[in-house]
Amino acid sequence: MIDTLRLTAEEARALLERGDVSGAELRAAYREAIDARNEELNCFLTLVDGDDNDGVPIALKDVISTKGVRTTAGSKILGEYVPVFDSTVADRCKAAGLQLLGKTNTDEFAMGSSTENSAYGPSRNPWDPTRVPGGSGGGSAAAVSAGLAPWALGSDTGGSIKQPSALCGNVGLRPTYGTVSRYGIVAFASSLDQVGPVTKNVRDNALLYGIISGRDDCDSTTVEVPPVELPEAEDLKGLRIGVPKELNEAEGIETGVAEAVRRAIDLCAELGAKVGECELPRSVEYGLPCYYLIAPAEASSNLARYDGVRYGLRIPADNYYEMVARTRDAGFGDEPKRRLMLGT
Amino acid sequence: MAITREDVLHVAALAQLELSEAEIARLTEELNDILAAVGKVSELDLSDVPPTSHPLSVVNVFRPDVPRPSLPLDDAFANAPERDGDLFRVPPTGAAEESFE
Repeated sequence: MIDTLRLTAEEARALLERGDVSGAELRAAYREAIDARNEELNCFLTLVDGDDNDGVPIALKDVISTKGVRTTAGSKILGEYVPVFDSTVADRCKAAGLQLLGKTNTDEFAMGSSTENSAYGPSRNPWDPTRVPGGSGGGSAAAVSAGLAPWALGSDTGGSIKQPSALCGNVGLRPTYGTVSRYGIVAFASSLDQVGPVTKNVRDNALLYGIISGRDDCDSTTVEVPPVELPEAEDLKGLRIGVPKELNEAEGIETGVAEAVRRAIDLCAELGAKVGECELPRSVEYGLPCYYLIAPAEASSNLARYDGVRYGLRIPADNYYEMVARTRDAGFGDEPKRRLMLGT
Repeated sequence: MAITREDVLHVAALAQLELSEAEIARLTEELNDILAAVGKVSELDLSDVPPTSHPLSVVNVFRPDVPRPSLPLDDAFANAPERDGDLFRVPPTGAAEESFE
């Protein structure tokens, strides 16, 4: 009996290596968990039935192109879109033997913080399905926390990995820009977009980051990354942690959240880390306004490609320009439209 | 500087969006609200802040130009709404009565 709710990806790998379970058995266990809860949680938009690989299963956010597997970006305009090539991160997961379970729900074009902007309905938080899982990568975060996938990939433009991971209680890493390839990711705001792991614990996160990171000839913003060291102990000696006072003392932060963060800081100190207060001047006050200028402007440019000509939805019309405008009107939901208008 | 209905229609044309009357009314209001909120950044004097395009010092990443096979035509057309031989077919760009034929 495989307890997918608690099994980490590293433990799953160990089970496979020891021959305790087969890749097919592992896959079947996750499929059973998906069958039991996906209707309620709406984590997966597309399920994959079989795979050439038999390693640890993984779920990928539906902005990550997967060859032969529908990739919608949570939008109707890509409702029938089946990529003819793999993104670099999907390719690296394949090369590492990971088997694809399916594609997870996201706010349309990753624009949102609750997954309620998905054209395919909202995902729900497995801890309390009356609540949102956060977003835009709510599908990945909810799937990992509900035991529907041992780990997953998300993408982060303005918090879309970290925030849903926080809301679902798992570990989400937005890697430094340039450490993970964006080749084959449905582009939203190219100077901010970054792919990263969503996992149950820090070791799994480091493992998955090690698989996807590093220089890629297909993305000129990427750099070589030193080999990822897996944390071997709970000892945090030698680590310096800066706590930005603007964030934890921000207005509007929930008491429970502030307390949980404080407990985590205390725990880090107990484990030997040097914790100090730091400042991110203007970050809270001006961060969001900056995001709302940069991201929509880049989105306007990136989403110009959805014109009903080469791929994606087309609404027929007698005239080319009318066809493009009708296609975009029918294909984009409210949030992309608002951001396109803002950024154009 | 308030956004007017005319501004919204102009930007919608640039963004190639055909908006409904309800959307035009809603977006006129929303764009005004959002721009008022983000206008905050103009309070800052950023004259001595250098532009940032990448957090790491990456300059001119070149690779050797090695020819390799490109995407096969059938793959390139695999998701096309309408294919005409080796071309993407679209409705005429001129008046509706004009035609390619």
